[in-house]
Amino acid sequence: MNEMPHIDKAAEMTDSKISAKQVQVFYGDIHAIKDVDIEINPRSVTSFIGPSGCGKSTFLRCLNRMNDTIDVCRVEGTILIDSEDIYDPKVDPVQLRAKVGMVFQKPNPFPKSIYDNIAYGPRIHGLAANKTAMDEIVTSSLQRAGLWEEVKDRLSEPGTGLSGGQQQRLCIARAIAVNPEVILMDEPCSALDPIATAKVEELIDELRENFTIVIVTHSMQQAARVSQRTAFFHLGILVEEGPTQDIFTNPTDKRTQDYITGRFG
Amino acid sequence: MPLFWLVLIVLAIASAGYVLGRSRALASAGGDRSILHSLPSYYGANAALKSAVPAFLLMIAWLLAQPFFIDNQISGMIPEATIDESSSLGLVMAEVRRTAEGLDNAVAEGSMSEEFARNARADIVDITQRLKDAGQIVTSDITQPVMRAAQRYRVLSAAGGFYMTLVVLATAVAGALWGIREATAGFRARNVVEQGVLAILVAAASIAILTTIGIVLSLVFNTAEFFGLYPAFDFFTGLTWAPSFSGRGGSSELGIIPLLWGTFYISIVALAVAVPIGLFAAIYLAEYAGPKIRAIAKPLLEVLAGIPTIVYGLFALLTVGPLLVSVFGDDGLGVMQAGTAVMTAGLVMGIMLIPFVSSLSDDIINAVPQAMRDGSYGLGATKSETVKQVILPAALPGIVGAILLAASRAIGETMIVVLGAGAAARLSLNPFEAMTTVTAKIVSQLTGDADFASPEALVAFALGMTLFVVTLGLNIVALYIVRKYREQYD
Repeated sequence: MNEMPHIDKAAEMTDSKISAKQVQVFYGDIHAIKDVDIEINPRSVTSFIGPSGCGKSTFLRCLNRMNDTIDVCRVEGTILIDSEDIYDPKVDPVQLRAKVGMVFQKPNPFPKSIYDNIAYGPRIHGLAANKTAMDEIVTSSLQRAGLWEEVKDRLSEPGTGLSGGQQQRLCIARAIAVNPEVILMDEPCSALDPIATAKVEELIDELRENFTIVIVTHSMQQAARVSQRTAFFHLGILVEEGPTQDIFTNPTDKRTQDYITGRFG
Repeated sequence: MPLFWLVLIVLAIASAGYVLGRSRALASAGGDRSILHSLPSYYGANAALKSAVPAFLLMIAWLLAQPFFIDNQISGMIPEATIDESSSLGLVMAEVRRTAEGLDNAVAEGSMSEEFARNARADIVDITQRLKDAGQIVTSDITQPVMRAAQRYRVLSAAGGFYMTLVVLATAVAGALWGIREATAGFRARNVVEQGVLAILVAAASIAILTTIGIVLSLVFNTAEFFGLYPAFDFFTGLTWAPSFSGRGGSSELGIIPLLWGTFYISIVALAVAVPIGLFAAIYLAEYAGPKIRAIAKPLLEVLAGIPTIVYGLFALLTVGPLLVSVFGDDGLGVMQAGTAVMTAGLVMGIMLIPFVSSLSDDIINAVPQAMRDGSYGLGATKSETVKQVILPAALPGIVGAILLAASRAIGETMIVVLGAGAAARLSLNPFEAMTTVTAKIVSQLTGDADFASPEALVAFALGMTLFVVTLGLNIVALYIVRKYREQYD
């Protein structure tokens, strides 16, 4: 395992890694997210659950300013990562996204070789001084994503040729390669079969040692399996947030109870 | 009966078939629609289709066949001896038709009675004079055989028209009756109409394909005729293009190489202009421009594609040529002699191709899934990094296809090169010299008094065939690449 220097930095933080206060998101005239306050712990997995269209993915995309790429989208309120306001005009969203990586719902490897898929981010950010260093980054990223054994002999083949589960782990490896501190995952297993899902979940659990992970999921079982804290969103409102155990066994809000017992959603 | 009326009557019969078929079907169900297999309108449509489609098909076939039949009958009436050395049977037949038409018009105007026009023993001089008086175009003096043939022509076409009317109307009525008879509750009119619609669509598609085949065949036959008069080897390898219109073949040198060179040189200049500008415009429109700018800029850019190429030609001749001369001409760098040059035509053709490249590339870039962009932005890439390293590589096969399509357009372009490139067939590397292209030479070989039996005129078909093969090859490669690319994301 290649220990990254930023881990020591993160370890010093006793406070929450991400802190959102009174976040509002508007799509044109639609008020998609209302008054969300949440604290996300470092080096743990936090899951966002809720029915479709409740705003959990939208909120997730606020955390690395991916919503900036949508013209009509407007974000208000403050989101602090390491006590720094990420919507401050001084913050470069492009730099931010190197620090807050993202894995998407559908595996989206670039139409390049497996090697180039991983090397893409490090190349852009100049993380490798030479070819040897780049090889090292690619190898360690694939190892940490648990994909190395499966692809080590075919690094020059296109990433699109892998199976769905492998592609998703490739995308996770790609995100790890740029040394992020936070990894956002937007329903990373919804396009995968159960076996591939189990592998990705196992990987998420391992990555918790080094990264702060926020995962949006439709599967309550998945949230229960992988996350330490769970937040329940409903109609753009953060209804309830707490330790996963409590949310699933002893929810305080009636809506949460209805949702987790399958009465709606 | 004029054709127009016949068409109207057939349509009227079909409409009547529709109404009757519909009402008969309803009546057979006792007015209860739910008993019918299909909606009532399908029974009507069945009758209308059965009446109109065969009738019109028959009419078209008859109209196509009748002239051949009549020509066959008439041409026997013209003695070999009366055909001048300089003219041909075709020319005499044209005169026959003209005379017949003149007679028709004269009768219609009332300046000549029907009996008089039909009278075989009528005085020719008198008839010619009367036709001229009636304002009809009669070229030379009508000879006795031509007059006879013209009269026979009139009789045959009148009879043909009459029988055609009868047969077409009978078909329409029979079809309508058949359709009406079928209109009973259990009849699957909906399925039959579906078949009919399919047949019409297939027919439309076949007409397009058959026309293409016809064009190719006409090219092939004329090309073969040319190669009978001029050796194919000399044509494809000759380095000189020097047609001579005074002599008969022997003194002409018809080598295609200088023309192909001019074509490719101008096309390369054009692509060198169009590809970067078009591609950058497409990237701007697809990736950077907001929806408002895009809504205005894209149609504006595509207006360029709507400008007729002759206007581009004028632009080349009157604006770009003189402009280039003022910079590169004797007053400037001294490398350009006149306004018409490879550079002039190439630049203007490049401008013409910009919307071609940009519009296709824009579509292709937009077809790259948003997930690719998200993936790249999510790793902290900027827009231009994403475009350069993810979107363009993903879209590259499609863009190459677009460029090849633009290239085949450039190779086939005529008006701009006729006006902008000059007329000298020349093998040269200097882009400021006048050169000419295959298309421009096709124009110059066929305009004017060329004799269509001489190699100087027939060479145009060989040139056209060569051009056709080249552009077809480019198009096939382009379509293959575009299709292969499309499969990547579906």
